[in-house]
Amino acid sequence: MTLIDEMSLRALHLGVPFSAHLDVTYRCNERCIHCYLDHEDHGEMTTAEIKDVLTQLSDAGTFFLTFSGGEAFMRRDFFELLEFARGLLFNVRIKTNGIMIRDAEAERLLQLGIEQIQISVYSHRPEIHDVITKVPGSFRRTIDSVRFLKSKGLRVLIANILMTANIGDQNRVHSLARELGVAYAVDPTITPMMDGSTSILNLRISGAELHSVLHDESLVDDVGEFCAPPERPDDTPERIPCGAGHTLIYISPYGDVYPCVQFPMPSGNVRRQKLIDIWRNSPQLNELRSIRVKDLPVCSSCSHAASCSRCPGLAYMEGSMRGPSTADCEKSFYRTGIRSQNMIRRGLTVPSRPLIQIQPAL
Amino acid sequence: MSQTYVQRSRAIASRLLGNEMMVMSVTDSTFFTLNEIATVIWDAADGCTGLSEIVEQKICPVFDVDLETAMSDARNFVDELSQHGILTVSNQPKNFTETVNIPA
Repeated sequence: MTLIDEMSLRALHLGVPFSAHLDVTYRCNERCIHCYLDHEDHGEMTTAEIKDVLTQLSDAGTFFLTFSGGEAFMRRDFFELLEFARGLLFNVRIKTNGIMIRDAEAERLLQLGIEQIQISVYSHRPEIHDVITKVPGSFRRTIDSVRFLKSKGLRVLIANILMTANIGDQNRVHSLARELGVAYAVDPTITPMMDGSTSILNLRISGAELHSVLHDESLVDDVGEFCAPPERPDDTPERIPCGAGHTLIYISPYGDVYPCVQFPMPSGNVRRQKLIDIWRNSPQLNELRSIRVKDLPVCSSCSHAASCSRCPGLAYMEGSMRGPSTADCEKSFYRTGIRSQNMIRRGLTVPSRPLIQIQPAL
Repeated sequence: MSQTYVQRSRAIASRLLGNEMMVMSVTDSTFFTLNEIATVIWDAADGCTGLSEIVEQKICPVFDVDLETAMSDARNFVDELSQHGILTVSNQPKNFTETVNIPA
């Protein structure tokens, strides 16, 4: 366990929102085909409102702060917000497509002490990247931004989301990241739209492709360990399923509070309530916090219970935050070759699409 | 021996969690947690107050530690954090000249 893990555990025991994700806008200068957001502005928080939220997060003990969107740089006051956040001594990370970052912006980010900038790159082929973003020239501008940031000595992470449109390109994107001297992360997760629409889920890669990615030695540090049959430590039933709502908090551009960016369960709004009151007293958050692995009607008896990447937010979007997240059932199966309890109950030998969540009543 | 002045770097993130101060370098992501005594030094590291003054006035009267031990521990602490750029060390106090805008 690292020192940061230890502090995260301490934050859990103290009830502190250790990590916050703040989307400052849902507006964007790209129109990615897999994006789950509505890009219209429905009344974003003002500069003063966001500064107040940042102060409240600081007072609540938040240490890690991720700014994202939409495209965060679309806000004219974004640097002002960054400066304010750094003045409050948050560890600040940014998720962006990078296309508004040139030399001057990179220099300013360096001066502000931003710890990491995560940039989405979908392919090493400009035509594929640009088809996904629907913005001609976006690949060139994004890669230029990586170079600007890297030249200043900033830490950059290329995030490569996999979908039907770019599957097969991941190793070349990884190579591109190495050439640029930056870190690389791959993610095969496509989530439903925030309004519940599942139309974009048809962009998810196939089971065979998922198996290939999860067993790719160039992407996974130790395939033997990563893909080993699951073990179940004795304390698994008493564990919390995930840190969402325990040490993680998400705030939308409209002030809505959720347990996590991938968990759209409305839990309060900072325009109407103090953040700390929401954090401590929200019935939704408190219900979420009461759940242990043993309380999950299907997953508690699953052999993958201890090692599954089960996302309660995805499960919530499928109908129940206590149910399985079928995308993660699929990952566990293709990672280890062992069926999940959700599959066994449905009599499936391989995951079907869609792998419907088993409700407790069934 | 010349006086040592220590100052917190701006290239850090920090937060008090419970009674422990967390400090992280944003340049190399080195992460530290400070105990109570180290936190006192950290809070007092304004670049103007000498390290010996911090130890004599803020540590020895409060904690059960003799001056020699406290100074040795304080120097070790400052050495370690300065190696990561989290504290800057000088033998001169920071110049406290402030610019004030005077209304016409």
